[in-house]
Amino acid sequence: MTAEIIGTYAVAICLLVGAGFAMVGAIGLLKFNDSMTRLHAPTKVGTVGIGALLLASMIHSFTVGDGSLHELLIMSFLFVTAPISANFMAKVNIHRRACDTPPEPPQDDTWSTLNVPEADREMASPSVQSPKA
Amino acid sequence: MIKAYRWLLPHPLVTLLLAVVWTLLQNEISAGMVVFGVILGIIIPWGTSVWWPDTPRAFHVSRMVTYSIMVIWDIMVANVQVAWIVLTKPNSKLRPAWIVVPLELRQPEAITILAGTITLTPGTVSADLSDEGHSLLVHVLHTEDPDAVRDEIKTRYERRLKEIFA
Repeated sequence: MTAEIIGTYAVAICLLVGAGFAMVGAIGLLKFNDSMTRLHAPTKVGTVGIGALLLASMIHSFTVGDGSLHELLIMSFLFVTAPISANFMAKVNIHRRACDTPPEPPQDDTWSTLNVPEADREMASPSVQSPKA
Repeated sequence: MIKAYRWLLPHPLVTLLLAVVWTLLQNEISAGMVVFGVILGIIIPWGTSVWWPDTPRAFHVSRMVTYSIMVIWDIMVANVQVAWIVLTKPNSKLRPAWIVVPLELRQPEAITILAGTITLTPGTVSADLSDEGHSLLVHVLHTEDPDAVRDEIKTRYERRLKEIFA
C-alpha cells in the first residue's frame, strides 16, 4: 500500500515538472522575436518536459499495472530525431536569410547551406524570399 | 573464421541494438521474441551493409556509456538555465551569437553525435557544417563570452568523442 502512495506522489511530481517545462517552452516560443532564438525554447525545454511526462507514465505502470518500458523507446527515438528537425529549421533560416548571416568558417570556403551552385544563385537570392515568418 | 564473422555480423553493435529495441517494442521478455529480435538484428545489418561502406574502426562502448550519462546530466542542468533565461530575461537583454567550432573529428558518425549533443544541450543549436566538414556552426541563445562556449564544447564533448572513436 505504501509503495502505491509513494508511486502516486512520484507520478504527480513528474507530471508537474514535465508540464512546467512544456509550458516554459511554449512561453519561449511566444516571447522570443527572432526565428533563431525561437528555435531554442521548444526543442530544448521540450526534451526534459516530455522526458518527465514519460517517466510519470512509466512509474504509474510499474506501481499500478504490469509495468511498461515502451516509454524508453519513445524517449530514445525523440532524442535521436529532435536534433535533426532543429538542424533542418536552422538550415531553412540560414537559407532564407531570416537571421544574421553567420561568420565565415576559418578553414573552408563557406557553410554548406550557403554553398549554392552558380546555376541556382538566382533562385536562392534574398530578393525572392518571402517575408520573415 | 574472422572473415566469416565479419561477413555475417558487419555491425555487431547494431545487431545488439536491434534485438534490444525489438524486445522493448514487444514490452515483455519471452525467449521467442528475443530470438526473433536477434534474427532481425542479424538480417537487417547484413542486408543493408552495402550502403554503409565506411564504418568506424573503433568504438569504445564503455566510454560511450559514461559520455551519455554526462550528456543527460548536462541536459538537465542546462534545461533549468534555459528555462530561467526564458522566464526572466527580457528580449532586449538577450545576447544570441553565432559560434564557429573548428572540428578535429573527421568521422561522419562522430560529427553527427557531436552535433546532436550540442543541439540536445539547451542553449545551443548546431546549425550547419562547412562545405568540407571542417567546422561546425553553432547558434547560442544567450552568452556573454562566445569563446568560452566554444572552448567548453571542444574540451567537454569533442575531446571525449575523439577518445570514443580513437
